Amino acid sequence: MTDETQGRVLPVTDLSLVVLIGASGSGKSTFARRHFKPTEVISSDFCRGLVSDDENDQGATRDAFDVLHYIAGKRLAAGRRTVVDATSVQSDARRQLIDLARQYDVLPIAIVLDVPEEVCAERNAARTDRADMPRRVIHRHTRELRRSLRHLEREGFRKVHVLRGVDEVEHATVVTEKRFNDLTHLTGPFDIIGDIHGCSAELESLLAKLGYVDGVHPEGRTAVFVGDLVDRGPDSPGVLRRVMAMVKSGNALCVPGNHENKYGRYLRGRKVQHTHGLAETIEQMAGESEEFLAEVREFLDGLVSHYVLDGGRLVVCHAGLPEKYHGRTSGRVRSHALYGDTTGETDEFGLPVRYPWAEDYRGRAAVVYGHTPVPEATWLNNTICLDTGAVFGGKLTALRWPERELAEVPAERVWYEPTKPLRSEAPGGQDGRPLDLADVRGRRVVETRHQGRVAIREENAAAALEVMSRFAVDPRLLPYLPPTMAPTATSHVEGYLEHPAEAFAQYKDDGVARVVCEEKHMGSRAVALVCRDAEAARKRFGVGGGTTGSLYTRTGRPFLDDAALTEEILDRLRTAIGEAGLWDELETDWLLLDAELMPWSLKASGLLRSQYAAVGAASGAVLPQALSALRSAADRGVDVAGLLTRTGERATDAAAFTEAYRRYCWTTDGLEGVRLAPFQILAVQGRSLAGLPHDEQLALLDRLVEHDGSGLLQTTRRLYVDTADPESVRAGVDWWLEMTGRGGEGMVVKPVGAVVRDGQGRLVQPGIKCRGREYLRIIYGPEYTRPENLARLRSRFLNHKRSLAIREYALGLEALDRLAEGEPLWRVHEAVFGVLALESEPVDPRL
Amino acid sequence: MFLTITTTGTPERPATDLGYLLHKHPGKAQAFSTSYGTAHVLYPEAEAQRCTAALLLEVDAVALVRRGKGKGRGGAPDAVLAQYVNDRPYAASSLLAVALSNVFSSAMKGVCNARPELPGQARPLRVEVPALPARGGPDLVRGLFEPLGWAVTAEPVPLDTAFPEWGDSRYVSLVLESDTLTVAEALRHLYVLLPVLDDAKHYWVAPDEVDKLLRVGEGWLPGHPEQRLITSRYLSRRWSLTRQATERLELVRLAETDDSEVEEIDNAVEAETEAEEKPTPLAVQRREAIVTALRQAGAARVLDLGCGQGQLVQALLKDPAFTEIVGVDVSMRALTIASRRLKLDRMGERQASRVQLFQGSLAYTDARLKGYDAAVLSEVIEHLDLPRLPALEYAVFGSARPRTVLVTTPNVEYNVRWESLPAGHVRHGDHRFEWTRAEFRAWAEAVAERHGYAVEFVAVGPDDPEVGPPTQMAVFTMTTPKEAKAA
Repeated sequence: MTDETQGRVLPVTDLSLVVLIGASGSGKSTFARRHFKPTEVISSDFCRGLVSDDENDQGATRDAFDVLHYIAGKRLAAGRRTVVDATSVQSDARRQLIDLARQYDVLPIAIVLDVPEEVCAERNAARTDRADMPRRVIHRHTRELRRSLRHLEREGFRKVHVLRGVDEVEHATVVTEKRFNDLTHLTGPFDIIGDIHGCSAELESLLAKLGYVDGVHPEGRTAVFVGDLVDRGPDSPGVLRRVMAMVKSGNALCVPGNHENKYGRYLRGRKVQHTHGLAETIEQMAGESEEFLAEVREFLDGLVSHYVLDGGRLVVCHAGLPEKYHGRTSGRVRSHALYGDTTGETDEFGLPVRYPWAEDYRGRAAVVYGHTPVPEATWLNNTICLDTGAVFGGKLTALRWPERELAEVPAERVWYEPTKPLRSEAPGGQDGRPLDLADVRGRRVVETRHQGRVAIREENAAAALEVMSRFAVDPRLLPYLPPTMAPTATSHVEGYLEHPAEAFAQYKDDGVARVVCEEKHMGSRAVALVCRDAEAARKRFGVGGGTTGSLYTRTGRPFLDDAALTEEILDRLRTAIGEAGLWDELETDWLLLDAELMPWSLKASGLLRSQYAAVGAASGAVLPQALSALRSAADRGVDVAGLLTRTGERATDAAAFTEAYRRYCWTTDGLEGVRLAPFQILAVQGRSLAGLPHDEQLALLDRLVEHDGSGLLQTTRRLYVDTADPESVRAGVDWWLEMTGRGGEGMVVKPVGAVVRDGQGRLVQPGIKCRGREYLRIIYGPEYTRPENLARLRSRFLNHKRSLAIREYALGLEALDRLAEGEPLWRVHEAVFGVLALESEPVDPRL
Repeated sequence: MFLTITTTGTPERPATDLGYLLHKHPGKAQAFSTSYGTAHVLYPEAEAQRCTAALLLEVDAVALVRRGKGKGRGGAPDAVLAQYVNDRPYAASSLLAVALSNVFSSAMKGVCNARPELPGQARPLRVEVPALPARGGPDLVRGLFEPLGWAVTAEPVPLDTAFPEWGDSRYVSLVLESDTLTVAEALRHLYVLLPVLDDAKHYWVAPDEVDKLLRVGEGWLPGHPEQRLITSRYLSRRWSLTRQATERLELVRLAETDDSEVEEIDNAVEAETEAEEKPTPLAVQRREAIVTALRQAGAARVLDLGCGQGQLVQALLKDPAFTEIVGVDVSMRALTIASRRLKLDRMGERQASRVQLFQGSLAYTDARLKGYDAAVLSEVIEHLDLPRLPALEYAVFGSARPRTVLVTTPNVEYNVRWESLPAGHVRHGDHRFEWTRAEFRAWAEAVAERHGYAVEFVAVGPDDPEVGPPTQMAVFTMTTPKEAKAA
């Protein structure tokens, strides 16, 4: 007991279920108010009030506790400490709370307020709402509490604080303790080392390779051992000595493996079977001193089953851990961390069949673990197993964090014959395992690096699901979808709806000095994923069947129905990439390209026939006849002058419309007549190039086009404009006028710096399109240029489109970053799916 | 949009009587405002021998679009009207039909106060509609007008003379000639048949349309050989227009994003609802085969994966042995129709508790699908691109793992027995492949092997000795209760 004057200090774990135990009137609510946040405390009285409008209605007790348990469950699931303010003097009531704590894997903690019955009765009498509470109730409470006291720890409370008497209750203080597994404040950098199993020589080589000098890294890196230091191998004592010294000196962390756990039990005198290599360890340790053995025992006893590191971004444990167990404390969390999960079956070698928890893993934190020997350490859903079977003649592997680089040393020999051959039990990537619907369904929020949280509505996700499922290419070959682009602000220049002056002005306002104007090609958007060969496609994207990439539209559909033709385009691109030397220069064996594929009629032929050409055909059939009728009437002296003029203008506009769409149509045969204009390299192995300035981008692409001998590739003409220089701006406007005057679609104005933020740190539009006057007939109808039509069309609202463009852009960048960092497929797909879903948001389709 | 009506005459019955009949003076051009623009009536010629009245409707395309816009894309009853680029200003559609009835309402009723004898008289008539959108082509145009006593000339209009390979447009240039009809009859024919041929309407079809149709069709519609088609096209659009406006919007936008027609991606529900009302015997046989197989398997909790419009769910509901029936489809539109078909909102609580419909996709694993006795994939796999089939395989056999799985798919060998199917064609536009019996068996046996199932094959429909049955069904039964990799 501590000093009376200072009062008792009660350590309470930061994530726990705190159960206050005391008779009615013992001062639980006051105590809770004094020591915990109001939102941490749930009282049974409050819940009674919620369900019955009367805090003292004992008839509502059952419902009230249902509500209490429900709220407590939600809080604990969210990782929030919860204090239950109810009498909890009966063991049955406490058992329910302990079960709840176990269900959410938090520590149950009891704080007992053992206050004399008279005091409780006095306090209740002073309260109008409890004045008529019979004395026998308080008496019963007190009796039950006394009876309970001895059993609390056996009931399952991991900490029990008993405060005796009013004074002790008054003067106690509560201090919050961190969980042992919470090392989020440590940011490393770390070198996480896989299962060693007594391979002391390999451990020393690996430490040396990682740069450790006698267990210390000159740059202050910390080693983290995932357990299974001992058993099977040649020198378990040597490994223990090294690891224990590093942990003791603060140069390493260590979590226990199942082998340490078993050896620890052996050391404590428990009866264990000397199988799976334990016999070797016992034998090797026989020569060690009693002192060392004692140190080992103490070390093993003190190991914490998993650690949460680096601000919650990294979880290390021996056998893997699902997200809901991260940072939790319960027997089953420890057990999962040590042994993993099994399906309950045994395989043909008599070994337990492991449940592939990593397949289901969707957590944000990377989980680094060992336990299951695999031939290669590979990422699966942000988890990686580092047990590469050193003791079985494989290798010893380390993961450098946050670099996410692997380092490994081969085993010097087979130290121990494996029971079964090493094979990858981590599925995914390679075997066509589909994504889970929970990754994309319903309302979702996608966290992006560039624009924070981007929300996706349920109805939009539903539409995207249909298109993605029924029409899109294999998600593994669909690592990106292009964002929509906002048009320039509406122009007030006579005769124009869009004009480049506004685009330049907008970027000037955004603080962007230098922009590039890129010619629009008026084909169809196409994204091309080009791999160096089928083997590269298999290795990086996990697709088989000789596929070497993909060519898809803005909604992820295969651009061409003909797979052979697609491969031919990919092949031509591949040749050009090789000729231009880009594989080596960009250190990659795949390239993701954003491009425009021409002619427009190649893909949009259905739309052209049903809509554009149809309008041309109908107007061509009807207007000449109407004009001739009007002329005849005029000849008869009927006054139809106004109507005749208007109809004449209609005929001219309709003819201009037909001319406008015809420019973007031509006949193709196979790839004859097909052209591809790449305008951005989006990503290569390990790197998103979305942030590469456009002048550098275009320089790379020019080389690509130059080296294309097939005539497929086409350059994008461009002009650089200084938004603050009127001369330069004028040149930009003239360039656009000249180009659109010849029937060009228009141009896109982009900040040269690619990913650019304005003065307030907001992303600026990655591009603004500025469409030609004639081209816009295809969008706004043949007669849009008539002054009365233009006047009305000018009232168009761009804000939603701009916001949509930014959100889709952020998701696109996110997909590329996730792809570049080798994140799991579902993470990339989540962002890609988001772009598709946002595309179905209601926005004026003509913008 | 534009049409002309011409009559010829003699000094006794001058052609200019047309002015009386139409209540429009041949010496003047008159303008009438309508909801989508201005209708003009003028006479290019007005002689005793020959007189022509022209109706010219100036459509305000911007107003047409903006009218719907206030209410979002859903404001317009027809997706086409929401486009600035649409043929309404040029083609003879329901807009023209409405203008016709507004401008010539008395003439249509056959009323002429000044010359009461005129409307009852037949006279030589020639109607020209230079751009008539005709779904069904020149043949249907003839089929509709010829029985009414018109001599029909219907020339298809080419889509674009610069691209002859694009073929003809859906417009025909129409000339109708007759000596036996009155002007009122002519107008009524046009009023009903122009929108019927166009098969789209610019206004909401209200319940009173039925009365209107009966009134205007009096005397000619009841005996018309195409009466069914006329009535159904004239009226049945009501439901589909509403649906277009409210349920397809997200998909419409995704189609637009891709420069595709919405029908290209929104084809999960068959366009012809008529056909589906009286299901072909094969569909019935398929359902019977499935229900029988499910009963044999002793399945109580059943998944219908790719339930479409819910026909199988409906059949399963009739047998209380199926205690839980879950219909899953990726198409929200199909689910809406299924829910309407099953009358889910009016179903008793006990029945309703047996059935569930939700959106799902077999391109993804789905925890909600685990633990069922049986799953049915009826005519589903052929709607997937072959490279995506392994994903479906894993979702069903690797992840959901029901005890029994039924898969039906067309037998392509049988296609030669379909009289209506051109050689080398698949049975449905969205079929990505159709398999022979050997191909299906090879796939099914490999799947069974990979996932611990046994498989048997059942013929559905008449089992032709040479080409086999029209539908093939595989019945998978789990042999290894849990697979190591079952997620």
